Amino acid sequence: MGQIAFLLNGDPVTIADVAPTTTLLDWLRETRGLTGTKEGCNEGDCGACTVMVTDASGARAVNACILFLPQLDGKAVRTVEGIAGPDGTLHPVQQAMIDHHGSQCGFCTPGFVVSMACAHLNGRRDFDDQLAGNLCRCTGYAPIVRAAEAAAERPVPDWMREDLGLIGGAMGEPAPGARTHPSYGQPKSADELAAWYAAHPDAVLVGGATDVGLWVTKALRELPEVGFLGGVDDLKYLHVDSEEVRIGAVTSLTEVWEAMRDLHPSFAEMLRRYGAVQVRNAATIGGNIANGSPIGDSPPALIALGATLHLRKGDAQRALPLEDFFLDYGKQDRAPGEFVEAVSFPRQPDSLRCYKLSKRFDQDISAVCGCFNITVEEGRVAAARIAFGGMAGIPKRAAAVEAALLGQPWTEETVAATADAWAKDFQPLSDMRASAGYRLDAARNMLIRYFHERAGTPVSVLEVQP
Amino acid sequence: MSVAKPLPHDAAALHVTGQARYVDDVPVPANCLSVAFGLSTVARGRIASMDLSAVRAAPGVVAVLTAGDLPGANDVSPSIHDEPLLAEAEVFYLGQPVFAVIAESHLAARKAAQLGEVTYEELPALLTIEDALAADSRFEGGPITWSKGDVAAALAAAPHRIEGSVAVGGQEHFYLEGQAALALPQEGGDMVVHSSTQHPTEIQHKVAEALGVPMHAVRVEVRRMGGGFGGKESQGNALACICAVAARVTGRPCRMRYDRDDDFVITGKRHDFRIDYTAGFDGEGRLTGVDFVQYARCGWAQDLSLPVADRAMLHADNAYLLPAARITSHRLKTNTQSATAFRGFGGPQGMVGIEAVMDRVAFELGRDPLEVRRGNFYRGMESAGGPAPAAIVSRTNGATTAAPRDISDQKKDGPAPVTTGTHRDMASRGSMGAVDEAPEGAGAAPDGAQTTPYHMAVEDFVLHEMVDALVETSDYAARRAKVAEWNEANALLKRGLALTPVKFGISFTLTHLNQAGALVHVYQDGSIHMNHGGTEMGQGLFQKVAQVAASRFGVPLASVKITATDTGKVPNTSATAASSGSDLNGMAVKAACDEIRGRMAEFLAAEHQTEAAQVRFADGQVEVGGASYSFAEAVQKCYVGRVSLSATGFYKTPKVNWDRVQGRGRPFFYFAYGAAVTEVAVDTLTGEYRLLRTDILHDAGASLNPAIDIGQVEGGYVQGVGWLTTEELVWDGKGRLTTHAPSTYKIPACSDRPDVFNVALWDKGRNREDTIYRSKAVGEPPLMLGISALAAIWDAVSACGPGYHDLSAPATPEKVLAAIERVRG
Repeated sequence: MGQIAFLLNGDPVTIADVAPTTTLLDWLRETRGLTGTKEGCNEGDCGACTVMVTDASGARAVNACILFLPQLDGKAVRTVEGIAGPDGTLHPVQQAMIDHHGSQCGFCTPGFVVSMACAHLNGRRDFDDQLAGNLCRCTGYAPIVRAAEAAAERPVPDWMREDLGLIGGAMGEPAPGARTHPSYGQPKSADELAAWYAAHPDAVLVGGATDVGLWVTKALRELPEVGFLGGVDDLKYLHVDSEEVRIGAVTSLTEVWEAMRDLHPSFAEMLRRYGAVQVRNAATIGGNIANGSPIGDSPPALIALGATLHLRKGDAQRALPLEDFFLDYGKQDRAPGEFVEAVSFPRQPDSLRCYKLSKRFDQDISAVCGCFNITVEEGRVAAARIAFGGMAGIPKRAAAVEAALLGQPWTEETVAATADAWAKDFQPLSDMRASAGYRLDAARNMLIRYFHERAGTPVSVLEVQP
Repeated sequence: MSVAKPLPHDAAALHVTGQARYVDDVPVPANCLSVAFGLSTVARGRIASMDLSAVRAAPGVVAVLTAGDLPGANDVSPSIHDEPLLAEAEVFYLGQPVFAVIAESHLAARKAAQLGEVTYEELPALLTIEDALAADSRFEGGPITWSKGDVAAALAAAPHRIEGSVAVGGQEHFYLEGQAALALPQEGGDMVVHSSTQHPTEIQHKVAEALGVPMHAVRVEVRRMGGGFGGKESQGNALACICAVAARVTGRPCRMRYDRDDDFVITGKRHDFRIDYTAGFDGEGRLTGVDFVQYARCGWAQDLSLPVADRAMLHADNAYLLPAARITSHRLKTNTQSATAFRGFGGPQGMVGIEAVMDRVAFELGRDPLEVRRGNFYRGMESAGGPAPAAIVSRTNGATTAAPRDISDQKKDGPAPVTTGTHRDMASRGSMGAVDEAPEGAGAAPDGAQTTPYHMAVEDFVLHEMVDALVETSDYAARRAKVAEWNEANALLKRGLALTPVKFGISFTLTHLNQAGALVHVYQDGSIHMNHGGTEMGQGLFQKVAQVAASRFGVPLASVKITATDTGKVPNTSATAASSGSDLNGMAVKAACDEIRGRMAEFLAAEHQTEAAQVRFADGQVEVGGASYSFAEAVQKCYVGRVSLSATGFYKTPKVNWDRVQGRGRPFFYFAYGAAVTEVAVDTLTGEYRLLRTDILHDAGASLNPAIDIGQVEGGYVQGVGWLTTEELVWDGKGRLTTHAPSTYKIPACSDRPDVFNVALWDKGRNREDTIYRSKAVGEPPLMLGISALAAIWDAVSACGPGYHDLSAPATPEKVLAAIERVRG
């Protein structure tokens, strides 16, 4: 067991002898008696446990229920108890929530207050997105949004800016050797990670813990060895040059979303609906690929963009087309001790459209995620990359559909002529999210949507104005 | 006077700072233990073997309990003792608690509970309405039928006739705070229980029986819940009982909270229904007769299913005068979670049935559904005394004509009823049938009155005026034309618009529950301690009632201390349910305050040689015989004068009188009304949809607190929309609930509220009955305003082709796409 140091509501805290999979939520409530942060779902889907975490890159909202304590090392945490000023002065979002009747039962309220305080601090006014990860069952959200809008007119209180200045300094440097963690790894570079993972090939690598967190809180698994990737700073990057876009594995989905807004806006729009703010702030692009989920949202988009996956084991690096990484359900082309370093895709004109279909728009796992990237030259389909999540045991290309399109004139008739190809590509399952028949119908219709969208016809209900 | 002011929730400042305490936040002694259940893994079976040695050996485990280890009654049912705390020989649904682990921590208890080795001899499980019908598996022996007029003749004579069916899904409460309890053992075997419950008296009752002690040995306290919505009327019993038992067995405080997935899997939800209908109507769309058959899936235990199914029948008319109606209700027993109370308590399901009929009639005649709806409204208040429609009153038929039923022999394959150490909880809505419910006989509607299908006069119908106002403010007519224009011009995205009304009956249909108590103390310094039997779950009850107390004494609200609901202060309370909280407890608190005020006035008047009636309590002052005292000074004088400054208050609702066996009488003191217009956009390629705009006008009477009431309307509407759209419960073929967490069960998120959301209270609202300050109950009725969203989706889908949509709820994108394909033919 090692030692972890961070700021809690402005005060330095040092923790030793704690199991590496202890969640921040349990520790706050059970050890610190800070019961303002609530357990609503224990899986990162309701936001009742939202806390603010600040590091050099700024302040952001995350879910404490699936955040392991070692992930906080060197950072600052602010809970609902630390949102009001030191003299008890309410934060503008707190006062606005009272004034606008934003709380009823009050159980979700601390999480909302923290999310709103983060948005307030960061100057964000896209409240539907900023609050998509906070569920409220009482108010219908309208008064909460009214409160957020009112608070946005007020300045950020001084105390909300203190954490950034305090991290590092106030905590002091740990005694030499204090941060060696025999039971878990905390590599600080890709090289350290490579060496550590080669020595501990059975370890679980934890990026943002938005998936692994549930192994602990829901599946109640014991994780014998854990490697935390949060300190691997040289895998946090997003390089764009004239040839390619290359994204380090430890880059958060929030950062990917930001970069995609200009390059591939439809990909960004899909990422806007990936989890919610708290999840995107923690989750990494590498994790979303490496866990091999058939319903991860970034792989279909990346496959449609022609992405290459960059893997490393020890000093050996290799690259492969992303679609080849996914071998079968739960099985990837990854050797023990090998990890995802980066994903890259070529710069290209933007023809990508991503369609995420779920029961609810925000914070919902896709029933079907279809990504289309079709190049039309002189009225004919010159290239087609179509990839889906939710349609097979792995993220998968629609090879037969692509073949049916290639070389054909880009017309409604050509699109209609692919109708029979879909069943060759996909035999989806029925589950609680959708039936097999609906998945197939919707996938087929997505190509029709793509055709119309490229023709400039409005195709999304999200764009319809009242 | 603080009544009618839009004050914030009493705990708002505590909510936003994280200081508001819920059960699991109560500081506990260091030796407190945690409890978790081991759950059945099959939907129905006999327990063949149970090896719990690994559970006992797990780290941190202190004790493991099975049914045989329980010291008292093994029963947590709010009705007919058919719900063991821990399974005995058989299990009846997947998720049923089989054993309990008591451990040093919540996580240790949960982990250990996974280690139980229980094998089952599986038996065929009944999962669906159809399964239960085929097996004749039901509660109450047979179907219940109520009727008015000669339905068969009305249908035969009708110019037009339709038959159809609509399914209405269940709904998980998803209170943000899951179920939780804490038991603190006291001296002499007494127990103090903190429970997240809407029904402290029932918790007290069930815990007393579980421990084998009188109710006086158990005190239950509830400061607040993190949401209830009906899900904490009976579903907290198991946690409170097992915590109390565990505390008894270990001698240590014990607490329990369900992990969210366990909460989904163990506890009951809203009943899903299938409603078959046959309706006759004329060329104007006026109904001449309707025959409804309602099938309610009740799950494995009776719980509150009978009154839920009754209330569905009681709302089969919604706002429409049905000249002839027959409503038949099947209460089906299945091997799934025991469906329970949920905001509206069956009423919403019944209402969807008649709204589907209205929509279908409009489709058949090619009219705007709003015209059809208005044409069928009850008559307004001016004309309510007019001649009654020709109605031939018929007695109920079938099993329901029998004398009060003997329920003891109805249980065919359930666990054996517990006959020792338990008695029916008369404070539960589940005690229906255990008491003579209409001792004075059912009241008859006045001659010539317009009546509901259950023969109650409708005397307060205000929807004509309200809908006229809403049509105006929502710009319905112009928008109807614009929607048509849009749909003409757009092939891929369609719009839909609908206005639907709500008429909801207010009172417990089990008449004796319409009573409430309060306890008020005035201290020497003029501060006031207020307590009543209602519980706070976010609805703002405490604040509304505190406003009543402050108004009665003419003091600022800050003088009134709101205190936790406590069975030691006010006994024998009814659940905070049926929207009754403010009506009942407001009146009880008013009675207690007026008692004290009367004593004070009498004393002060005597001192000043005047009449008690001349003493005035207002603006923090007490004015008597020309003198003016601060309230605190007046209180001090009374104290020194040896005037009792503490009083209980009691209230019982007048006029209600209901015979559920006959389906006749006046189950409701009054009706609450509302109407909503919703506009949606639908994607015809995927079935996705979004709410564009909603306008609501709701009748809260003379509102006690307009801000809190508007909050109920906004929140109720969105919750109702969720129920009918994205909130889909899915069970697999083995009876396993596969939507068991927010990752798979989708309640509305922030962006799901309508883009434009205009909510108003009806400014002419004033209860014609003598309720607390002429207000109206507002907890449940707004949920049913959400039906307008479903109707708007129906409208948008109908724009896709000539066929009938036949779209049931929940209208998930998948079901919407299927409906679009149907209308296209």
